[in-house]
Amino acid sequence: MSVAIEIRDISKQFRLYNEKHTSLKERVIHGGKMPFTPFWALKNITVDINQGETFGILGRNGCGKSTLLKCVAGIIKPTSGEIRVRGSLAAMLELGAGFQPDLSGRDNIYLNGSLLGLSHSEIEKRFDDIVAFAELEEFIDNQVKFYSSGMYVRLGFAVAVNVEPDVLLVDEVLAVGDANFQRKCLDHVKKFQREGRTIVVVSHGTDTIRQNCNRVMVMNHGQVITVDEPGEGIRVYMADLLGVGTLEGSESGGIEGNVLAIGTVQAEHGGSGSRPHMYAGESLTVTADVDSLAAVPDAMATVAIHDDRNELVFASDPDDPACQMEIPEGGGIVRFFFPEVPLLDGTYSVSVGVRSEKQTAIFDWKDQVTQFEVANPGRTTGRVRLPLDVSFRLRSSGHTGEVPVVSGIPFAPLAGWEESSA
Amino acid sequence: MSLSVDRPPGSEPEHVATIGGSTRFVPGQSHDRITVVNGKVELGRRLKDLWTNRDLLILLTRTELKVKYKNSVLGYVWSMLNPALVLGIYYVIFKVIAKTYQPHFAIWLFCGLLVWNLFNNAAMGSTTVVVGKAGIIKKVAFPRELLALSTVGVAMVLFAIQVVVLAVFLLIFQLVPDWQAMILLPLALVTLIIFTSAVSIFLSAANVYLRDTQHLTEVLLMAWFWGTPIVYPYGQVQSHLANWHLTWLYLANPIAPIAMSFQRAIYGQTSYIASQNNPTHKVTPLLPNVPLTQYAALLGIMFVVSIGLFLASLIVFGRLEGNFAEEL
Repeated sequence: MSVAIEIRDISKQFRLYNEKHTSLKERVIHGGKMPFTPFWALKNITVDINQGETFGILGRNGCGKSTLLKCVAGIIKPTSGEIRVRGSLAAMLELGAGFQPDLSGRDNIYLNGSLLGLSHSEIEKRFDDIVAFAELEEFIDNQVKFYSSGMYVRLGFAVAVNVEPDVLLVDEVLAVGDANFQRKCLDHVKKFQREGRTIVVVSHGTDTIRQNCNRVMVMNHGQVITVDEPGEGIRVYMADLLGVGTLEGSESGGIEGNVLAIGTVQAEHGGSGSRPHMYAGESLTVTADVDSLAAVPDAMATVAIHDDRNELVFASDPDDPACQMEIPEGGGIVRFFFPEVPLLDGTYSVSVGVRSEKQTAIFDWKDQVTQFEVANPGRTTGRVRLPLDVSFRLRSSGHTGEVPVVSGIPFAPLAGWEESSA
Repeated sequence: MSLSVDRPPGSEPEHVATIGGSTRFVPGQSHDRITVVNGKVELGRRLKDLWTNRDLLILLTRTELKVKYKNSVLGYVWSMLNPALVLGIYYVIFKVIAKTYQPHFAIWLFCGLLVWNLFNNAAMGSTTVVVGKAGIIKKVAFPRELLALSTVGVAMVLFAIQVVVLAVFLLIFQLVPDWQAMILLPLALVTLIIFTSAVSIFLSAANVYLRDTQHLTEVLLMAWFWGTPIVYPYGQVQSHLANWHLTWLYLANPIAPIAMSFQRAIYGQTSYIASQNNPTHKVTPLLPNVPLTQYAALLGIMFVVSIGLFLASLIVFGRLEGNFAEEL
């Protein structure tokens, strides 16, 4: 497979000035001295992006992903290193960049097309397609300053995709317009993929990356953390970079003078021992070590799961008879078993509590005391992996038998997961 | 910045092949063209990029004109207001107040102002063009010198309009230009455009880093204007310059020989003698009464100098351009 973009040892230094003198007068007054702190936005980035692949760059704000994209696009020049791009290139860093508000939509198509590297005749050939794609037939001779923001962005996207570059750089601009237009954009991206064009997408949204990319590069502080398939890359991104991998300030709600206290709490999943993270659909076991000074006949164990945004995902039913237990003096181990956890990727924290059945007393409550991590090697997105079956039947047919056409994702927790992740 | 994108005009057939009657993109066909981004400034590549993007230059110029003059006839008439006022003011001062006896003084003024306006408009426009187009520069990659060159393009269009007005003046005043000296004009104009481009490219980049460049430029241009034989004839300063041995310095200003060539060709006289208004009956020199070849030789030197300056300005621009996106 040939390489579309060769990025060789790219570094980029920015200068952070304490005080910037932007005029000759100020420079002369300060004797030409301008103290600055060097800041390396990119440090020795080397990566090959193959021809025909959709390559994602994932990272937090300020990790250097947009700087890298601008270097590839040739908008800023790297301090050292070299980038080679094979074939024509178009960058969509901001839709409608370079539109002149005073010009009509028609004139702006020509201007923007030329800026993206098309000749006059090439734009003429594509003009009707662009207008149709942007759905702006009626307004094409109006000044762009009277366009709504949606129209503006649609026109920008329509010009950019109709340039038909060999390499397309996209900076999180796909989420534009109404639902209908979004689908059209996505269709166009898919068409580009089918045609074997190379696409580089920069995002901090994992869903975009998962749905569209073949490979993902995770960046932090201007450096490459990993280059891997999307499932694994997103896991690394979530775990290592979002900081959800470390528990800080977990509160213990232990009530003093209580007869019962929760000790260590552990979460184990179906793949424990072989890998730190679990896959969606695997089983989860939470065990809590409970010390008791006296026998508690009416104990009620509760468990809750929060996601990385601290939103409650699940809390056990307070009246579930399965949660009732009798804890003898000296205590023991409470075990919560989830046969299958349909959560999708993310880091989740577990809270465990023991209270009396009549809710009169909380013996102990360990808030977000341990956590588990779910990786999703598949292409489904969202929070939960719901069982799905899709079928099709003819409307007019006399018989009622359903004809399965697409068998959806079978909800067999582990079927095929280990292999697909290997 | 070294950014080279070879865009052969009509590159369509290069990467599109027809398969089964439908046009389809075939990857790898156009991949022999490689874009390299690195820290180097390569002059040859920059020149090639300018040439391949000439469509864009024309479009940028037209855009600028459209935005400024709304593409209407009245808009262009409006654009003549400023030069007309300048011409009127100098005419009143020198003809009415300072009482020059020079015949057809308005035409004389017009010849020099024509040259000066092209240079002045482009230089002043270029100081703000890169800063004003920050939005494009931060988001789109293209040879940025084109922005500076587009201000030269705008100045050239205004120049062309003024030439038409001047031609009307000549008809009204029934002044016959020196047709033979007209052969100087193509060389003078080309030199003027190249020199103006060099200055514009340099100023457009400088103003990104030193934002008061535009104010300094205004002051410098005023001094430059009076250091060029536009309002007053060269003949009036010739002897003084010779006394002080400063002729070389005065003529080192490329605008001076260019303006003098225009005056020589269009105004057509190198001196004037008395009229009934001039009781002294003295011959007043306007321009050096030398053969046209000497004018051409001086222009030739300026042409070569301008080419050198143009290439130098591209190198300076290339070095400064790398950080535009950050500085803006």
